[in-house]
Amino acid sequence: MPGHFEPIPGGGAAVALDEVEISIIRSLAVQLLELIGPGEEPAGADGDPFAELFTQGPSEPPADPVLKRLLPDAYGGPGTEDASAEQAAELRSYSAEFRRFTENDLRARKRDDALAVIRCLDALTVAGEGGAVLKLSADDSRCWLGALNDLRLAIGTRLDVADEEDTDILYRLPDSDPRKPMVMAYLWLGGLQETLVETLMP
Amino acid sequence: MGQVSSAAPAEITRPDADEETFAVPEPDVPWITLVHNDPVNLMSYVTYVFQTYFGYSKEKATKLMLDVHHKGRAVVSTGSREEMERDVQAMHGYGLWATLQQDRK
Repeated sequence: MPGHFEPIPGGGAAVALDEVEISIIRSLAVQLLELIGPGEEPAGADGDPFAELFTQGPSEPPADPVLKRLLPDAYGGPGTEDASAEQAAELRSYSAEFRRFTENDLRARKRDDALAVIRCLDALTVAGEGGAVLKLSADDSRCWLGALNDLRLAIGTRLDVADEEDTDILYRLPDSDPRKPMVMAYLWLGGLQETLVETLMP
Repeated sequence: MGQVSSAAPAEITRPDADEETFAVPEPDVPWITLVHNDPVNLMSYVTYVFQTYFGYSKEKATKLMLDVHHKGRAVVSTGSREEMERDVQAMHGYGLWATLQQDRK
C-alpha cells in the first residue's frame, strides 16, 4: 500500500511510509507553517484569553499568491470582473471587513492541521527497512486531510496550475524539467489525499 | 415589498428613493454562497466537503461538485448574509475557493 491510505476497521486510516517520504511530508508541513506564520500575540496582553478574542486580523489580502489562495477574499471573484469602480470598491471593503474578523482563525486552523501532521510523523518509530506504518485516528485523519489539501494548493499555486490543461502538461514533463521533483511531490500528495478522503467518506 | 412574512425579522422600511440608489442592499433578497472551480482541489474532496459540512446527500453533493467542475462555479447555499459569511468562512477552512453575494437573478 505505498502511497495509499487504507481504512482501519473501527475508524482512522493507515499508510506505509518510508524514511524519505516521512522527511518530505515533514519538511513540506514545516514550510507551510512558516508560510502561515505564528499566531498573533495580542499587544500588551500577556496571555489574556479575552484580549486574544478581540484581536483583529489584517484587512488587506496577502501579497504572496500562495497565501492569497489559502486565505481568499470572501467577496468578488469570478463573475464580478465587469463591476464598476464603485462596486469594486464596495466588494473590497466587504472583503477587508470579513478578513479582519476571520483571517486569524483561518490561519490558526491551518497551523493546527500542519502541526498535527508533524506531531504524527515525529511519533513514528522507523523500523527495519527504513519505513513505518502511520496510523491515524479519525480526528488526525481530518487534520491530515486539511493539511494535504493546503500543501497541494500551495504547490499547485507555485507550479501555476490554473486549469485542467496545466495538470495534463505536468503529467508529461520531461525528467530534465526543473519543476519535475515538485510535480512528483504534488501528484504523490494527490494520491495520499484521494485515498484518505475515501476512508472518511460519510 | 409588502410581502414580508411574519417569520421575517422586522426590517426598517427603506424610503422608495433609496431603492433606486445603486447597490443598496435589499433586505428581502437572499444571499448565496458560491464555490468556484479550482483545478487543484480533488473532485472527491469537494464532494466530501459538501456532504460533511452541509450534510448534503452523496447525489446532491456530487451534482454540485460537477457543476463547479463544468460550469466554473455553483451555488452551494442560500440564506441571510450572516449565514452565508459563516458558510464562506467554513469553505475557506476546507481550502475551497468560495465567495458570497446577493442573489440577483
